[in-house]
Amino acid sequence: MNDALDVALRLLLVFLAFLVLPLVVGQTEHKVMAHMQGRLGPMYAGGFHGWAQLVADGVKFAQKEDIVPKDADRRVFQLAPAVALLPYLLVLVAVPVGPGDGAVGAVVDAGVFFVLAVMGVGVLGSLMAGWASANKFSLLGGLRTTAQLLAYELPMLLAAASVAMAAGTVSLTGILDGFAWWWVPWQITGALVFFVAGLAELQRPPFDMPVADSEIIFGAYTEYTGLRFALFLLAEYAGIVVLCALTSVLFLGGWHGPWGDAGLGWFWTLLKTAVLAFVVIWLRVSYPRLREDQLQKLAWTVLVPLALAQIALTGIVKVAIN
Amino acid sequence: MTLAAASPGFLSPTGVEVAFLLVGLVTLGAAVLSVTTRQLVHAALWLVVALGGLAVEYLLLTAEFIAWVQVLIYVGSVVVLLLFGLMLTKAPIGRSPDADSGNRPVALAVAVTAAAALVWVVTDAFRTTWIDLEGPARGSTGVTGEILFQHWVLPFEALSVLLLAALVGAIVLSRKKPEGERD
Repeated sequence: MNDALDVALRLLLVFLAFLVLPLVVGQTEHKVMAHMQGRLGPMYAGGFHGWAQLVADGVKFAQKEDIVPKDADRRVFQLAPAVALLPYLLVLVAVPVGPGDGAVGAVVDAGVFFVLAVMGVGVLGSLMAGWASANKFSLLGGLRTTAQLLAYELPMLLAAASVAMAAGTVSLTGILDGFAWWWVPWQITGALVFFVAGLAELQRPPFDMPVADSEIIFGAYTEYTGLRFALFLLAEYAGIVVLCALTSVLFLGGWHGPWGDAGLGWFWTLLKTAVLAFVVIWLRVSYPRLREDQLQKLAWTVLVPLALAQIALTGIVKVAIN
Repeated sequence: MTLAAASPGFLSPTGVEVAFLLVGLVTLGAAVLSVTTRQLVHAALWLVVALGGLAVEYLLLTAEFIAWVQVLIYVGSVVVLLLFGLMLTKAPIGRSPDADSGNRPVALAVAVTAAAALVWVVTDAFRTTWIDLEGPARGSTGVTGEILFQHWVLPFEALSVLLLAALVGAIVLSRKKPEGERD
């Protein structure tokens, strides 16, 4: 009975983090973007600096009418937001926030493969939405999403494989146990490749070609309204949380910090994740959108060779220190 | 055709065995739907369910690594590629009555033959082998890696050379010939 309670408590905590963290990132994006653009952002909702703006947005989305276009494929159209959102919840279960087996939702033996595999499933949601909407802009958005995923999945996998080689294990907790500070400079190329490829997989600027509003309205999500649209937005922010948490776990040492690893591990993980999330928002404000051919070129001619070079370097160093 | 006397019986299945059977039924159903549905994209989506069901079966047999690789490669890449191809060419919403082929009986015969051969070979090879689901995981990443790179290195390398050849072949085939040159 105690075991069941333990598991239930962990899953509840992960679920709470899944509900809260994306909203925090969303609100931070409102404010950071506003200040970087010389304005204030939301100031009224909730009283203090508009902290309740996203709650108000949520209420607004819930009140809107849920519309399915007449020619759309009803069931696939309605299922798509869930397929886009749920994988991120599953990934969050496997991310360790502190030392030991106690600070993770569930210990997954092949953790790296688990998180990358499940994250890849999320894109099916965008594809289903793009096809089922019966709208040419949606279809174009779906096509661009797929092309982007096919190009960026490979460098992401290769970069993660490099860390797995360095640690000699594919378990996320195992990788963190083996971490030492000099891994950061050693794996820095892989970290950059992983982060950039992850940004592209989330379709965040400067890789937001699939939802480019000035060209194809809002890509695969053009026909969505109300709660279903809100779920897609939530999936984007949950994706930011997952990507930043994974980058910090794989490349920046997760719960390792300058002091107090045992008690403050969760704090270091959250801090690293938050700093990376800030960088994601920063990039959105400061970089123009890449064109489709530039996207493909960046993936195949820059990121894949860099990731392969990182793997070679990892192998050489690994053999040398053994 | 006698089963080993020490093998566990079929009459008192454990929870895992029941789950295995149920997931197998779902997988089979999704697979049948994906070849009988008249809607092209639905066929691809049912394929996702079938391949995901297979991954769950691997998980139930404690082959965790294989399960995640199955999701990563088949659901995450192969089906996405399939959908990409469908959307690029022809992906109507609703039924496509013309999406049928006169080869249906031949395809059915080939499929049944292949399935029968596989079932026969697998049951004949592993008839008395039982996986102990209660003990330590037999298909963990470490065990899979050791077996793959100690006992099966040669087939593994041969397969990777085969894949490399296929890759090079695809590039050669898809390269455009210069203007005016004919083959």
